[in-house]
Amino acid sequence: MTQALFGQLLVGLINGSFYALLSLGLAIIFGLLDVVNFAHGAQYMMGAFAAWMGLQYLGIGYWWALLLAPAAMGVLGAAVERLLLRRLRGLDPLYGLLLTFGLTLIAEGLFHQAYGNSGYSYPVPAALRGGVNLGFMYLPLYRAWVVAVSLVVCTASWFVIERTRLGAYLRAGTENPRLLQAFGVNVPLMFTLTYGFGVALAAFTGVMAAPVYQVTPLMGSSLIIVVFAVVVIGGMGSIAGSIVTGLGLGVVEGLTRYLYPEASSVVIFVIMALVLLVRPAGLFGRQR
Amino acid sequence: MPRIPPLLACAALLLAAGPARSADAVSDGVVKIGVLTDMTGFYSDLAGPGSVLAAQMAVADFGGSVLGKPIALISADHQNKPDVASNTARRWFDQEQVDVIVDLVNSGTAQAVMPLAAEKKRITLLSGPATTKFTGEACTAYNVHYTYDNWALANGTGREVVKDGGDTWFFITADYVFGKSLEEDTSKVVKAAGGKVLGSARHPQSSTDFSSYLLQAQASGAKIIGLANAGADTVNCIKQAKEFGITPRQSLAGLLVFISDVNALGLDTAKGMYLTTAFYWDLNDDTRKWSRRFFEKHGKMPTMVHAGVYSAVMHYLEAVKAAGTDAADAVMAKMKATPVNDFFARGGHIGPDGLHRHDMYLVRVKTPQESKYPWDYYQIVKTIPAAEAFPSVEAQGCPLVKK
Repeated sequence: MTQALFGQLLVGLINGSFYALLSLGLAIIFGLLDVVNFAHGAQYMMGAFAAWMGLQYLGIGYWWALLLAPAAMGVLGAAVERLLLRRLRGLDPLYGLLLTFGLTLIAEGLFHQAYGNSGYSYPVPAALRGGVNLGFMYLPLYRAWVVAVSLVVCTASWFVIERTRLGAYLRAGTENPRLLQAFGVNVPLMFTLTYGFGVALAAFTGVMAAPVYQVTPLMGSSLIIVVFAVVVIGGMGSIAGSIVTGLGLGVVEGLTRYLYPEASSVVIFVIMALVLLVRPAGLFGRQR
Repeated sequence: MPRIPPLLACAALLLAAGPARSADAVSDGVVKIGVLTDMTGFYSDLAGPGSVLAAQMAVADFGGSVLGKPIALISADHQNKPDVASNTARRWFDQEQVDVIVDLVNSGTAQAVMPLAAEKKRITLLSGPATTKFTGEACTAYNVHYTYDNWALANGTGREVVKDGGDTWFFITADYVFGKSLEEDTSKVVKAAGGKVLGSARHPQSSTDFSSYLLQAQASGAKIIGLANAGADTVNCIKQAKEFGITPRQSLAGLLVFISDVNALGLDTAKGMYLTTAFYWDLNDDTRKWSRRFFEKHGKMPTMVHAGVYSAVMHYLEAVKAAGTDAADAVMAKMKATPVNDFFARGGHIGPDGLHRHDMYLVRVKTPQESKYPWDYYQIVKTIPAAEAFPSVEAQGCPLVKK
């Protein structure tokens, strides 16, 4: 009984790692650019596909993919910001949401057309195959790796944004871009790079997910709604909030799957509704 | 009062006059086939565009016309939503003169469309959905369940696996009509064969992570984990079971696995799994011949749903020709009276409950070493004769069948 419980908690933590990585990217983009990036799921999917295509057509392995896929997607993201999103700055955030939602539909449609929806298997890299028996469950090495990487990446991102000079510029840019520009900081460039970084983070998560989940055009859409709920619960734009809630909700979901599996798909939304009732700005959100 | 634009008024008048159904042998001067399927969602590889292609091939092979009237084909995406499916079907029946709807993959959509079709006296030919009650308590007089059903899957796989020593089961089940029905059917078979069901975990349709459910299955200690789900759900389950070291200590029984799933998984992950199928492209010269034609246009080998759609449309058109009309009652009578003999089924027979009873195949997925050429995936373990593969008319208990 307790064995199973520990197992579920650990599994929840693993899923939470994916939620945290994805919601981190969303939180950064929303927090700094005020853009609700609905394309995050599609960007995650494209990251996974980039890894798969790299392996399939170019023989690029997992480790290089971990570097190259986010880099390529980051450049693409920067281009999207430069060419499209920038034009919507200052308008109601709804426009950004619609634009990114449209981009999602286009991307998913194109990949669906080209690759069908059964998707493809991406092999677990040789160095991370196998697993360890923890007594209460068998932990695949790769999943342990996911948790570790997620913690490192999340902590590092939080540190950069909340504790460094660069981060201070970024935060200042959201509060008052014109004033910051007056100090000689290239604010538009900063926004482009931030969006590129957020997209790269989504693609990075995609590559991390490729060996675990089937790589399919719809892999992002089934995840993104949950991730949005995570961001809302954590507090829109709160970096630390998104990381902590991501991990926490993964665990809650794991517990629900253990206690009453039928509710596992709604439990996060129930929590979201409750949190919004009590704290409309989210658990870690600041009233702006 | 707002003025009504003249054009709209004319259109309204025309509509009010109504499309009078002519008393001709062929209603509206056309035999119209509608393929209603999942074009973009989770079942679009196992049905979807391939089903549309299969229907097109059937119409073309039939010659494009019947009783001197053209055969038309339309298709739509039901997005796996029962309301979209029933709205589309209603429009097709009321405004677009559709005579027959084919495929209806996803039992939820079939359940929405079947009663509507029966009410309008139009025919449904189910190839994708699996729920057994479509020819049982929910049967209609205008429906044929053509390709396979849960009972056949449960019996084919369940009975053989128990016989093989897999006598304790745990189910991972998709939480909707189809999954529950498949779990129920298989449980019965397992118990009847002397096995025990230790429990089940139900997951929402199209989940991505199954490790929680797999851990529960592992904790149950069951020898066999029955996967009562389909498409991407099954694929992710199998993949993650391997990752968590559950296979090969416990064995998986894929209750509904399509060749598209095996292709997506790769043989290294899927090898050794038993499954039941109505069709395999590499069975004999006839299946190979048809499947290669399909492959040339589609780029993938057909699933049993695709083959079923072709065969069902062919059988329907033959029946229209033989009956000399496309009136649903006469066509249904002809379809039920005529045995199906083509590459898909030998001596198949459609019962009074609408269930097409034909041979099924228990297969084992080959290892990468055994596979000699592309799509060489299955080894046939056993041909299950129609009488054993499907439930008897009495067992189905369709209320339309006189006792």
